[in-house]
This record gives sequence, structure tokens and C-alpha cells, in this order.
Amino acid sequence: MNRKIAALAVLWALLASAPWWLPVVGGYTQLGSRVLIYALATMSLNLLLGFTGGLSFGHAAYFGLGGYGAGMTLKYLAPSTPLALLVGTLVGGAAATLLGPSVMRRRGIYFAMITIAIGQLFYFVAVRWNEVTGGEDGLAGFARQPLHLGGWTLPLDDTAFYYLVLVCFAAGVAIIGLLLRSPLGRTWVAIRENQRRAQFLGLPVARYVWASFAISGTLTAFAGGLNALLNNFTSPQDLHWILSGNFVIMVVLGGMRSFWGPLAGVIIFLVAQDYLSSLTENWMTFIGIIFILVVLLFPRGLLGMLRARTRPQ
Amino acid sequence: MQLLLFNVFNGLVIGMFYALMALGLSMILGLNQTINMAHGGFLIVGAYLAFTLDPYLGFWGALVAGPLCAAVLGLVVERLLIKPLYKRNEPLYTLLVTFGLALVIQDVARRIWGPQGLPFSIPDVLNSPISEALFFITGYRALIVAIALIAAIALFLVLQYTRLGVRIRAGTRDLETVATLGVNIYVLRALNFALGCLFAGLAGVLAAGQLGLIPTMGESVIMPSFVAIIVGGVGSLVGSILGGLIIGVAAGVMTTYYPAASEAVIYLIMAVVLVVRPRGLLGQEGLFE
Amino acid sequence: MSIDRRSVIKAGLAVGAAGLIAPPILSYGRGESPIKIGMHDPLTGTYAAEGESEVNGAKLALAQVNRKGGMLGRPVELVVEDDAANVGTAVQKAHKLLEKEGCSMLMGAVSSATALAVNQVAHEKGTIYMVTGGHTDPVTGSEAHWTTFRICTTTYMLAAGLVNTLYKKFGKRWYFITPDYAFGHTFQAAYAKILQSLGGTVLGNSLSPLGTTDFSSYLIKAQSTNPEVLILLVDGQDLVNCMKQAVQFGLQKKMAIGGGLSELEVMAALPPEARSGWWTVEWYWNQPKTPHVKEFVAAYQKAYGKTPSARSWFGYAGLHSLVLGANKAKSIQPVKMARALEGMVLPPEVALQPHKIYFRPGDHQLMSSEFPGEIKKDGKYPDLFQVADIVEGDKIALPVAETHPGKLDYPTA
Repeated sequence: MNRKIAALAVLWALLASAPWWLPVVGGYTQLGSRVLIYALATMSLNLLLGFTGGLSFGHAAYFGLGGYGAGMTLKYLAPSTPLALLVGTLVGGAAATLLGPSVMRRRGIYFAMITIAIGQLFYFVAVRWNEVTGGEDGLAGFARQPLHLGGWTLPLDDTAFYYLVLVCFAAGVAIIGLLLRSPLGRTWVAIRENQRRAQFLGLPVARYVWASFAISGTLTAFAGGLNALLNNFTSPQDLHWILSGNFVIMVVLGGMRSFWGPLAGVIIFLVAQDYLSSLTENWMTFIGIIFILVVLLFPRGLLGMLRARTRPQ
Repeated sequence: MQLLLFNVFNGLVIGMFYALMALGLSMILGLNQTINMAHGGFLIVGAYLAFTLDPYLGFWGALVAGPLCAAVLGLVVERLLIKPLYKRNEPLYTLLVTFGLALVIQDVARRIWGPQGLPFSIPDVLNSPISEALFFITGYRALIVAIALIAAIALFLVLQYTRLGVRIRAGTRDLETVATLGVNIYVLRALNFALGCLFAGLAGVLAAGQLGLIPTMGESVIMPSFVAIIVGGVGSLVGSILGGLIIGVAAGVMTTYYPAASEAVIYLIMAVVLVVRPRGLLGQEGLFE
Repeated sequence: MSIDRRSVIKAGLAVGAAGLIAPPILSYGRGESPIKIGMHDPLTGTYAAEGESEVNGAKLALAQVNRKGGMLGRPVELVVEDDAANVGTAVQKAHKLLEKEGCSMLMGAVSSATALAVNQVAHEKGTIYMVTGGHTDPVTGSEAHWTTFRICTTTYMLAAGLVNTLYKKFGKRWYFITPDYAFGHTFQAAYAKILQSLGGTVLGNSLSPLGTTDFSSYLIKAQSTNPEVLILLVDGQDLVNCMKQAVQFGLQKKMAIGGGLSELEVMAALPPEARSGWWTVEWYWNQPKTPHVKEFVAAYQKAYGKTPSARSWFGYAGLHSLVLGANKAKSIQPVKMARALEGMVLPPEVALQPHKIYFRPGDHQLMSSEFPGEIKKDGKYPDLFQVADIVEGDKIALPVAETHPGKLDYPTA
């Protein structure tokens, strides 16, 4: 137990001091922010994927909706960063809640195919609805506004924004942690382990899956909103099925059944992608190979393997 | 009115193409229980290898050779990447592995043949409309429809009347029993996968004649193919063809009246089908539910 | 699979560690610290061919610049990043180039959307940005910033270079097939405006999403309106597919086809039967009367085995312009460079075209020429295009009062 607390303390210390040590190892602050944002998105996805057993391959839809919601708020409604984040989260969350029923009774391949198709629907709406979303070019012309806290204004440059992201990440992680420890979370795991038995026990499985889907989508949308603020830009690429696939592989890479797994997966994947795409034109081959190797050789992911090693047989 | 009819006809032609892809996908979905995200990759393989062999074998030779190459690659892929994953009984892994494979194939194609578009010449006899009035039905498009139909009918005959076909159909329903009856299911699954890839490769060669070659050519076809399967019904091959035709026509007609929605409409149709009749139009009850 | 899991982990960790610890590889040993120019272009994806040409042109210029002593006496280094024509990626790469690589200035872009996005980043950071190949008008128009300059022409200039020829030769009833993004929208708007001022009619406009492979529905619709001219504004692989299908439908017998931007890469990808139409290119290699062009073409062919296209020239002129600007300002301080670039005339060995071309002070747009002409039906690579005319840029471009009235937003501090 002590080891776990120590590990967590080190983790948070590292995250809090990132803007200082990142450049030393060849990183940069924007990369750090991106890692945290994707980590939040994938940890929420993992609620559904790893802990409830719902194979969502279309989560980028909620990520993108969060981004567009935030961007459009800043562009058309009001120059307020908190409002933008709120709107983005609500839009994505609403979509996930409304669409939950379409998947909550399905499992496995069918579940996956429906989520893929929902993602595509949103993608094409974003690409074609030029007047509202900016179409193929994406939504530009907005920027994150300084925060007004009490009487004090904090302009959100790269470093300040990193800390905002860190705070949001911590909040999201706390929510996910609390949920998983609660009876709700236990039920999800039960459903994942053996859905039929859960059903026979009288649990309204569909409703629990719906809840998982909705909550997961909402938090992913929150991450999407932060992402739009990071780039001061959002585009249909943030809704694309390839991003959905990347989210899933990051979860698997880090460890699907573990709480912090997605963070590990995101770090490895984004750093690898960042490094590889500057190194070689063939970076896509390497990313594809990572997918293949992870699935064939490391299906339990990094943290899954470490845990198996430390656990007594 | 004439415009609408034209678009309906045109949509049927496009639809046959989607149907061809959907057939292969459906086969793989059935027996191999795999969502083959790399189906577009096998399309690329068929197309590019046909292009490379075209100077030696001519168009018709390449039309046969391309799909065969895709099928052979399918055998290799099934053995190396899919086979180890069957025992995990979790569709997530095959989906991810084929996703990764799709990225690799596309990038390797770019590396070998270059990122620029490459022209693929089709025989001159096919290069013009079959009639003045029906100017949009070129000889080549008619060929696409003809070949898709022939392939579908051939597949149906194989599945219905050959031993392999019967085993595939039985295996899709109940693989365990088939194995108990002494059939080599490893070979069966490999052949099934290869057959699915054959169709993808065939679609690839046909696409190359229509669109030329570029490494990204697989991307835009894979999603509509999934929709075709969902709409037509998972587990039904006739359903896949029907699904392909429906979405082809829907997209074509939408382009006449409200072009901005012409891609989104197929996902809308899929959403409606999923709500109203979740197993698809001709789908079999109880599969994947 | 018989690969040992542990050995894969070890190998992966080793590669990762090496990458992090190894010092950045300097192209130059001791001596002057290099000035870094960051370039973002698509090296993968649909526009990879165009991106590759731009990068090759820039690299050729880089070699020339460094042979002559570099920028302000310091060697120049070009750091290239792949943006895959994806806006989010372009923004990330721009940040990476500026923050991690420490680039002093940026250049690049094939996709107009990436140009707009990086324009925003460059302005936030106060860095000079030389747009090489993103055509949409706002980059030197409504979204123009003091930091940003552009080599390739605006979509208005593209339209204006060709419209008269098409109108006089073929007729006044036009139908458009337009790619559904910034480049297409402004291109079509420009054509529509000029056409209508000449007395022609826009019969209709079909918007096709980027990456459309099947244009049959749009072509059917176009044909139903019975136009005299079918303007195809799609570019890249979309143009190849659209042309192929248009010719397969026999449309070129019923109407004139053309009007859009064509590029050598695209022409090479068309099968012989689809090579027809009147198009405009922004620079062409075959200019027998223009000095220095032959040397450039020869050097490029020697280095890359291909004939340079307009994209190659964009990269080439872009890098040279940055160096010339810095040398003229005697500094790489962005405001000084910007002031120096304003009004700067490109020397003939960089301009590689007959007219005087310069960066217009009001909106930072290079007034380079348009080369309208006809594709050769029986041409053999690289002789695929017959240039009809070389139209001076500043004669056809919209005046600054219309592109960017008012002053550019130089920092007041």
C-alpha cells in the first residue's frame, strides 16, 4: 500500500513539474498538455472499454464534439474559457447520453460497428456543414481567453494552460476513481466479467451500460474541449475514426484493466508518434507495427504486465 | 425527373462496387469473427499489384492476378496475425491488429510506388459510354457491374454447392460442431479469409481502372462497406449486396437534391435500420447480439 | 509468433532511450550556430506528392544558400515536419518546430487550411511565416498578419489569369465542380464574380468533399444544365479522378472542360485519354526565353530525377526569399525581416519568370505570374503542357484595398 502511495506521489510530482524537465528530455510544453488531454480522454474511454467491457471504436466523436462545442462558444457566444469548456462537455455528454440506447443492448462486434458508424455520422456532419463548423478547413478564429479569477487575470500562455489542463485532468481522474470505487463501478466490472450472470442476478444491465457510455462520453468531451483550447483550433480530424482507433490502442498499450494504464499508453504512443513522425516519412508503418505488436505480444498492456509480474501466482 | 433516374442508375453502379467490398467483409466477419479494418489495404494490394503486372499480363491478366495476390496475402495475414487471436475470443484484438495492418499497407504502398497518383489504363473498347443517352454508363462501369454480379453469383454457387462452401456456412453457424465433425477448421478459416481478401483485391483492380492508384484509395471505401453490411444484415450475403445497392442509390440520389448530405445519409440510413430492425434487412436473428 | 517478448521490449527501450539521450545531430560541426528554418508540408496522405516537390525545391535552395555563405554569414538548416495535410497536426508541428527545434522562422503548406492555422500560430508567436503553397485568399487577405508572406498566387489571381481566355473561346454558360473547402470556395467565388461582370452565367456549383473518388453524380448534374464550359476546381488526385470520369462520359465532346489549377504531378497521373482542357499553372519548367530557368531545371533534375513543378518552385523561391529578406534586413528579427520583405523584388535567378515579381507591401502577397495554357494530348513527361501566355500577377490580382484594406497588425511595442 505504501508503495502505491509513493508511486502516486512521484507521478503527481512529475506531472506538476513537467514544464521544467520536458525540454531537457527533448519534449516541449505543448506536448505535455497534449499527453494529459489524451490521457483524460482515454481514461474515460477505459471506463467503458476496460471496466464495463464496451468496445467503443467511435469515441473520437465525443472528443470532437467537445472541441467544436468549446470552439463555437468562444467564436460565437462569449469569450470565456470556462464557459467554452462547460458547453463542450455538455454537448458531447448529451450526444453520448442520447446515443447510449442504441448500443446498450449490444455487445462485441455489433457494439463496435455501431460506435464506428456513429462516429462517421458526426464526422461527415462536421465536414459538410460549412456554415456552422467550417467544414473541411475546421473551426478557426477563436482563442483561449485569459481566466478571470476574482480580481486577477491569468493569461493562458503555454505554461499556464498546461497547469489548467493538469487541474482539469486531476478533477477528471478523481471523478473516474470515485466512480470505479463505488457500487456503480463494481457493477460495471461484474457486467464486464460475465454479462449473462449479471443479467440473471436481476441487474438492469442495459441501463448500467448506458450510464457507463454516457459518463465516459461526457468526460471524453471535456478532454476534447481542452484540446480545442490547446490548439485554438478544431477540425473534423478530431472526429475521425483513426483517432478513435488511436484512443483504443493507447488504452490497450497501457493496460486495459488498469486505472493508470491509459496514461502510460498515451505517453508511450504520443511520444513515439511525435518522435517517429519527425524522424522518418515512414512513421505510419511504425505506428501500424506498434498496433500489431501490442495486440499480439502485449495484450495486457504495460501496466497489465507489470501487475502480473508483481502479483503472486 | 431524368436527372433523378440517371442518379438512381448511377447509384446502382456505385452500389455494386460497395456490394463487392461488403461481400468480402461479410465473409470475414462471419467465419473469422473479425472486423477487417484492413479490407481497404487488400484493395490497395490488388490494385497496385495489378498495376505492376499490367505490362506483362495486360488488363485482363492483371484483373485475374491482382485479386489472387490479395488472396495470397490474405492467407499469410490470417496465419500470422489473425490465427493467434482466435482463442482470445474478443473482437477487440482482431479489430486493432487489422487497423494496424491497414496503416502498414498504406504506408508501404506509398514507399514502394510513391505518393503521387498513378494512371491505370483500361482497354480502349471500354472507355466510352455504351450509348449517347445513357452517357454515364461507360463500358467500364458496365464491366464493374458485370464482374461484381459474376463474382457474387460464383460465390453463391461455391457456398451452396461445394464442400468448402458448405463447411464455411456451417462453420459460421457453429464452428465447434464443424470441428468435432473432423473438418480442419484452421485451413477452413484461412481459406475463408483469403476468399474475402480476393473480393477486396478484385474491387481494387476495378477501382484502379476507374480512379487510378494512390495509397489513400482504400480509406474512403471501407466505411460505406461496413454500413452496407449493417443495413443489409450481418450474416447474409444477399443482404450485403442489397445493402450496398441501397446506400449507393441513396448517396447518388442525395447528390441530386442535397449534396451536402450525400455521405451522411448512408450513416443516417444505418442509424434508422439499427433502431427499427437491428439485425438488418435480411440479417439472421441472434448473431452478435 | 516466435518473437521473444522480452527482446522486443528491450529493443524498444533501447531505441527510445537512444533517441532521448543522443544529442541532436548537427549538420555543421563547430563554428557558427546555424539558423533554423522550420518547414511543414504533407509528406504522407493525398497531397504527399505536392508536399514532396515543395520540400525538394526548398532543399535545392538550401544547398545553394549555404554554398554562398548562408544567412547573415551563418549556415542555414531546414527542419522538415510532416503535417499530412491535417490541420491539427500542422499546428502541433508548428509548435514543435518553434519550441523544441528553436526555428527562427517557418515556411510551407500545401493545404490551405493548414496555412490558415499555422498563420494563426505564427502570429501568436511573432514569427515570420512564408506560405509556399496554400492558396486560399484570406492568408493575404482578411486573415493577413504582419508575420505572414505568400509565394503562391491567390485563388482570385488563379481565376483571373484564365477567365478571359475561357470566356472568349468557349462561351458564357458555366458550371462549376468545386472542392468543399477554403481553397475551392474562394476560387469559385472569384470566378463567379469575374464571370458575371463579363456577362456570363453561373449555371450551378457542385461542392464535392475532399477525397471524393466518384464524381459521376456531380458530372451528371453538370451535364443536365447543358453548360458551354465545365470548370473543375478540384485539385490533386480529385482532379485526376474527375477528369478521367468526365472524359469517360464523353463530356469533353459537348463542352469545354478546365479552369482550375493544374500541376505537373496531376498531369503526370492522368492517363493519356484524359489529358485535355485549359488550365492554369503557377510556374512551368519550359520557358525557353527566360534566363536561369534551364539551370534550375537541370540542377533539380540532377538532384531528384524529376522535372521541377510549380510546387518545387514555391519551395525554392520561399526559402530564397527568407534568406534574401534576412540579408536585406541584416537581421533575423521578425519585424525587421518583415519590413525588408515588403516590396522586395525577387532576383531573376530566384523568380525564374519574365516579369518583375515582388511582395506587395499592403498584404504580403507575392505578385508572381500565372501560366494559363492547354494540356498536351500526346505529350510525354515532362512536356505535358502548352503555356499560352504568362500573365503578370499584379495586373490581375485584386488591389490591396480589396484584399486587405487598412494597415497590417505590426506590434506597437
